[in-house]
Amino acid sequence: MHEMGIVLHLAKTLDETAEENKLSSIGKVVLQIGEVSGIMTDLFTDAWDYFKVRHPILKDSTLELETLPAVTWCDSCKSKYETVKYGRECPYCHSGETWLIQGDECVIKEIEAE
Amino acid sequence: MKTITLNASVTASNERDADALRARMRACGTLLVNVMSSPGAGKTTLLSRLIRDLDGIRIAVMEADIESDVDAKRIEALGASSIQVHTSGMCHMDAGMTAAAFDELQQTLPCSQAIQLPSAQNLPCSQGRGTALKGGGGVKGGGWVRPDFDLIFLENVGNLICPAEYDTGAGLNLMLLSVPEGDDKPLKYPLMFQKSDALIVTKTDTLRYFNFDLSKCEARARALNPNLKIFPVSAKNGEGMDKLETWLKQQMDEFR
Ligand SMILES: Nc1nc2c(ncn2[C@@H]2O[C@H](COP(=O)(O)OP(=O)(O)OP(=O)(O)O)[C@@H](O)[C@H]2O)c(=O)[nH]1
Ligand SMILES: [Mg+2]
Ligand SMILES: [Zn+2]
Repeated sequence: MHEMGIVLHLAKTLDETAEENKLSSIGKVVLQIGEVSGIMTDLFTDAWDYFKVRHPILKDSTLELETLPAVTWCDSCKSKYETVKYGRECPYCHSGETWLIQGDECVIKEIEAE
Repeated sequence: MKTITLNASVTASNERDADALRARMRACGTLLVNVMSSPGAGKTTLLSRLIRDLDGIRIAVMEADIESDVDAKRIEALGASSIQVHTSGMCHMDAGMTAAAFDELQQTLPCSQAIQLPSAQNLPCSQGRGTALKGGGGVKGGGWVRPDFDLIFLENVGNLICPAEYDTGAGLNLMLLSVPEGDDKPLKYPLMFQKSDALIVTKTDTLRYFNFDLSKCEARARALNPNLKIFPVSAKNGEGMDKLETWLKQQMDEFR
């Protein structure tokens, strides 16, 4: 499953952070997930809950998910628009020369730990 | 409790693993090629053809699948080294799994012995078993001779989405798109086209049966990735294989 794979990578990144910062327990993990990252947040939360009880440093942690809206930039008329509402075609000038500038990320914003 | 601001990609650890593996492959002088496509696009068939055509180049194949070892057996039947990797249900290979598979290859396991990856973490990323290795030159036929490879193909899990999101540590990323899948795929799976160095349009012998517009497909793919190399080929009748093989050899020379 895609979401479990992401949880495993997240845990590995957190393990490395814990080692660098000499942390023994992680209390809160804040993630930013882009609207068009393809991650199903409810599946992701389920995968996290399944995994964390088996991973001592994360045992008592809570997960906080923030959604990052998807934004597309139009190269033709130099404007920004909502990706989810309008897709690849610019709603102002109908150009297809458009690029996603935000919304496909999955970023660890911050953690609370001791 | 203290708050630590990270702003790190969730896969930051994978990116570090990938860079480490790339450095290791460079030190070995082996070009690792990640081969991605949807299921059935023709990865194993193309690799089989390349193994037969690229005579004199020492090739190994790492077959990644969720289940089974049929693909590794097909490669082994051609006399090339192969190793089957099971991804434990995972929809992609990551750099840690790839490094573990490379370790196993270097130990010359009896061909196509499947290795089961317990999970994406805690993988044995250092040199695994401590068998004394003598000689070189990739002698085949069992035993424990250390193989040296010029080219290693990683046949990734059949999937156009997830493999594009994980750097495997490969020096070269290839994607296959087969004619029956349709020329609109660049529109639907942009990331895969953006992450690849080359697009291989496979099964061109079937072009007359499908509404596949090669020039439209090329234009859509290049709009996503202007530097993309495009090779239309048929592994069945050999059409276009020479151009692909010449390019691959160039990539190997440049890598060294
Ligand atoms: N006509 C034609 N058929 C092909 C060609 N290449 C592969 N095939 C057929 O396509 C089917 C799938 O080929 P495989 O090589 O197993 O595809 P794959 O991408 O390795 O499949 P998975 O590993 O299951 O994802 C087989 O029936 C092949 O014979 C080709 O160039 N032309
Ligand atoms: Mg295959
Ligand atoms: Zn516009």
